[in-house]
Formats: sequence, C-alpha cells, structure tokens
Amino acid sequence: MKIIRLFINKEFRQFLRDPKMFVIVLIAPIIQLVFLGYAANRDLNYVNTAVYDMDKSGKSRELLRDMEGSGFFKFNDFTANYDDLEKALDDGRVLCGIVIPDDFEKNIMNRRTADIQIIFDGSDGNKASIASGYILNILNNFSSEITAEIQERSGLKRSLAGMIIPETRVWYNPNLTTRNFMLPSIVGLILIIITINMTSLAIVKEREVGTLEQLIVTPIKPYQMIVGKLVPFTILGFVSIILVLSVMRFWFGIEVKGSLTFLFVCSFVFMLSTLGLGLFVSTISRTQQQAMITSAFLVIMPMIFLSGFAFPIDSMPEAIQYLTYLIPLKYFITIIRGIVLKGLGFSELWKDLLTLFLMGAAILTVSSLRFRKKLE
Amino acid sequence: MKSIEVKNLTKKFGDFISVNDISFDVYKGEIFGFLGANGAGKSTTIKMLCGILEPTSGDALVSGFSIDKDPESVKKNIGYMSQKFSLYGDLTVNENLNFFGGIYGLEGSILEKRKDWALKISGLENKGNILTSTLSVGFKQRLALGAAVMHEPKIVFLDEPTGGVDPVSRRKFWDLIHEISDKGMTVFVTTHYLDEAEFCNRIILINAGKLIASGSPAELKEEFIESTVLEIVCDDTIAVTELLSDEDYSQNVSVFGNSIHLILKKKYSENSEELDVIKRSISEKTGRQDNVKINIILPSLEDVFLNLLEKRE
Repeated sequence: MKIIRLFINKEFRQFLRDPKMFVIVLIAPIIQLVFLGYAANRDLNYVNTAVYDMDKSGKSRELLRDMEGSGFFKFNDFTANYDDLEKALDDGRVLCGIVIPDDFEKNIMNRRTADIQIIFDGSDGNKASIASGYILNILNNFSSEITAEIQERSGLKRSLAGMIIPETRVWYNPNLTTRNFMLPSIVGLILIIITINMTSLAIVKEREVGTLEQLIVTPIKPYQMIVGKLVPFTILGFVSIILVLSVMRFWFGIEVKGSLTFLFVCSFVFMLSTLGLGLFVSTISRTQQQAMITSAFLVIMPMIFLSGFAFPIDSMPEAIQYLTYLIPLKYFITIIRGIVLKGLGFSELWKDLLTLFLMGAAILTVSSLRFRKKLE
Repeated sequence: MKSIEVKNLTKKFGDFISVNDISFDVYKGEIFGFLGANGAGKSTTIKMLCGILEPTSGDALVSGFSIDKDPESVKKNIGYMSQKFSLYGDLTVNENLNFFGGIYGLEGSILEKRKDWALKISGLENKGNILTSTLSVGFKQRLALGAAVMHEPKIVFLDEPTGGVDPVSRRKFWDLIHEISDKGMTVFVTTHYLDEAEFCNRIILINAGKLIASGSPAELKEEFIESTVLEIVCDDTIAVTELLSDEDYSQNVSVFGNSIHLILKKKYSENSEELDVIKRSISEKTGRQDNVKINIILPSLEDVFLNLLEKRE
C-alpha cells in the first residue's frame, strides 16, 4: 500500500511538472465540449427554398403562405422557369425546390387530384429528410382544410369524428435539440482520451526513457505498478468529468436529471475497460509514437464510430450492429444519456452497467496479465 | 565467501545464442569487472543476474538466491544502475531518492540518513531540490549510483556506468566505487575501458557469449602473455606496424597512439643476444628516424585482450 501511495505521489508530481498534460486534461475537454456544443447541430432552423409557381392562383398562393408561415421555409427565389429552379438547386443556394403546375387550382376546384413537385438536394440526406417531413406535414394540413372546405360548400357538414389527431409530446429533449443528445456523450469521449491515450503514453514513456527497467529490478510488484499507474488517471478522469458536467450545466444549461453519484459509479465502471485498453496498448507499443497511433486509430476511432456517438447504430448493417456489442463506449453512452437526459437509475440501466463491468473486468485482467508477462 | 555463483548460464533469443554456457564466481566485497565488446552478451548476462531476464538454461545464485526460482528475493538484495540514465528527469533529486528509497522500504530517519549520504557522494549536497534533468552527465551518474545503493544492497550491478563521461568524472566515479566496495558491498561492473578494468580485483572477459578468460589483472597478464612486450615509439606507426606483423618473431602488433606494442613469441631476458637481433630488425623497419625508442614494457590489459581476441578470430 505504501509503495502504491509512493507511486501515485510520483505520478502526480510528474503530471504537475508537465504543462502539456495539464492542457490535455483540463483545457482540452472544455474546448472540445464548447466546440461540439455549437458544431454538433443537426437541427434545421429554416430551409432555403426556390419556388416556380406556374399557376399563380389563389390556391397556390394560399399553399405557399402556409409553408412560409410555418417558419420552417424561407423563399429565397421565385423563378420564372424550370431551368432557373434547377440552377438554384445546383448552385446549392436552396435545399428545396417547389414547382406548382398551372392546373393546380383548377384541379382542386374540380375535385381532382392536384399534383405539385418538390425537389430536394439530397446530398445531405439528413437535412433533406427533415425538410421533407416538414413539407408533408404542411401539405397534409392543407389538403384536409381543402376537403373540409369543399364538404362545407357542398352542404355536407360532417364532423371530424373518427379521425385520429395525434398530440405529439417529445420527452427528455423537448425541442429535439441535437446538442442535448450529443453533449453528455462527450463525457465518454474525454474519458477515453484520458484513460486510453494518456495511460498508454505514460507507461510507454517509462519504457522509452529506461525508468521502467530501473523499476523492474526493484522489488516492486507488477500489481503495485499497475495500480500506481492507473489510479492517477482515474482521478484525472473524474476531474475532467466534473469539468465537463459543469460546463454543460452552466454554459449550455443541460442539467443532470439523474443521480450524480450513480453517474460517477458508472463512469468508474466504464474506466475499468478503457484503463485496461490503455494498459494493453502500452504492452504492444515500444515508442510513444506507436502508442499514440495505436490508441488513436486502432482503439479510439473505431470505438467512436461504432458506439453510436457519431452514427445511429440502428442504421448500420446487421453485421456491424453485432460488432457494436463489443464496444464499451456504446453501453456507456446509453447509460450517460439515460442518466443526464432521462434521469434513469440503476433499475433501468443495470443491464448496460453489468455488461460494462464484465467487459471492463475482462479487459483489465487480460491486460494486466500481459503487462506482467511483458515485464518478465 | 561467494556472492554470486554462475553455473552454465545460457540465454538464447531464437536461434541466436547471446550467452553461451558461462560459469564463474564472484566473491563478497570484491570489485568484479565484466569485460567484452559490444554485443558480446554483457548486458544480457547482467539482466539475467538481476532477475529481469529468464535464463534459457543454467542458473545463478545471487546472494544465495536462485535467479531462476526466486528472482524476487534476488531483487531485494541488489542494486542496479543501467547503461542509460534511468532516474526520473522530471522529478527533483530529492524526489527521486525518496521514491527509489521508498520502494526498497526505507523510511523515516534511515531514509533521511541514506539520502544525505547519496547526496554527499554525488556532490549534490544542498541541491536536492533541483530538477534531475538539469544535472550534467557526471552528476547524473553519481546520483544514479547513489540511488542504486542507498538501500545498501549486498551486491550492486553497474552496467557501463562511465559511458560518455570525461576522464575527471570517470576517476571520481571510480573513487566512489571503491568507497562502496569498502562498505562491504560486492560491485559487479561492466566496462569498455580497459584502464578501468585495472581497478578491479578480478575480471572476466567474454566474447560472442563465451567466457574466454578470468582472473585478476596481474594473473591475466602473466597467464596470457608469456612473452616479452616491446613498446616502440616512432613516427609512422601504421606503416611500421604493417611491416612488423609479417616478421617471424612477432605474435601481435597493435598501435597505441604514437607507439606500437609488439608482443613477441617468446620471453627474452633483457640483455640477451636474441633480443638485440630483434631490436636491430625493428630499427631497420623504422628507418632512419632519430627519435625511435624501443623498450621492454609490462603488458597492459589492453595487450592481453587484443591478443586474446585476435587469437580467436
């Protein structure tokens, strides 16, 4: 125990003397959080739209007024022909083009189906699908109004009984803000960087400099070295979690709905696997560059891509979806989103937590054994 | 009393035999020199003796403990200073000493006493608070030695401790080694410098993983050079060396700066007829240089080793 304390003390002294590490642990998370908070915004405020209205009738103007009135569409361009509309889309000036044919009003009045053409720039599939959702909604309302109007005019006053009117409520993230969804996961990313990257670097540095050899000839036990190396980074991990949560709360106004204590417990369990991976990387790297590259490309990047942080797991091919079950970050993101946004606790999240714990225990055990063997 | 007992120690890395079946003993309190060219297997041997590297076969008892079966007990009884400076550069001198002393279980007043001693021998009294990386090489090496022996181990292993150090610092370092040896610690030291080997009580020489000679410096000189050694001072040493090496009477010729060491095939008494003949022959080779001097000298260890290594090739 005394030796472990000595080792931890040594690690912290070294840490405090290294301003670069200081920046990585304390400043980088905040910068990352703030940038991501503003950059990770998939919401559409309004859709730039070009309109080619061939009909120029009362009904077509009524429809356009409804769209503009929804607040989602902004008509930048009223074109006089189809080519101009195409050009506006090609140039990327607008995301959406609406073409109203010249028989629009006539068809409606004659109770025939009236067509309009809507073109999206699908190069950003996400934006296009959001925008098309908005439009469908508006068109639905518009046509039911027309039906009602025609029915009224023809004297068939019918109640709207039997119709389903959904009253949608979005829970947990009422404004569907991407930021609220993304930011809690930053806790996971920061922990990954501190525990995988920095742990492996710190160990490999000792090998590179030769101090590891000096340590091996002392009677220090491998487990004392492992614990002595990992505990400081666990503490640094907690420091950065507190930082990230504070910035989230006081800068972006995202409060942790669930229990903070439970969040810390889960973070610790998550760190078992990431510290284990860091230790593992250190056993397969001879130099700090190798450790850096291995941890960044072989561990961290796949983890981020497959965890559901960047891309939704549901839209991945089935084979890849199975692969994501092996990614500890996936479970942690589920947990942290659950705690921060939904206020979930142990009774809802225990399965993810248990999986994370088993994975962590396995990874840490394997890495420790490997580290031990490597020393001998 | 035996401090280290090496028995048929062998280490293979794949097909490469780094240390090939060597056996030797080191006695308590002696300064034991371990010599050999780069890649001869010195560091591999030292690492096995320190319990860091497992031997492929054979064993050694270090301070009575088997390096194969009980390396942890070995580690408690030794100090080790590696070729590369391996204290923490980003810790202060005191922090380094606290850390390594602490790992060996030193604490309280004993730790303070030993720390003071380590600071004294490394010439860093009152400089405990400077960052270790800012020290010069000579200070670093003495500090590393201090850190390696502050727990007063029975045996201390020094792996090329004086590499890259100026002659004055080297001499100071050897004074320290003697001081440690006087305290009763066994010193096991590897070195390239054969003048340093002269300071050792006993030496072994290995080449390509095999032990080729052992004994005290004086014994080695007697045993392996049973013939007269001449020192020839002349101008064009290289040309003369070449001329001499073809002669019947010469066994080994090597250049030492502005002189040549010529090992003859036999031992001649100082004023013998035969030696005069040889001397005349040498004078012919050197030509009409005025300042040529030919003297009988005692062989140095360098003569011994060059002679031994060349015989092997």
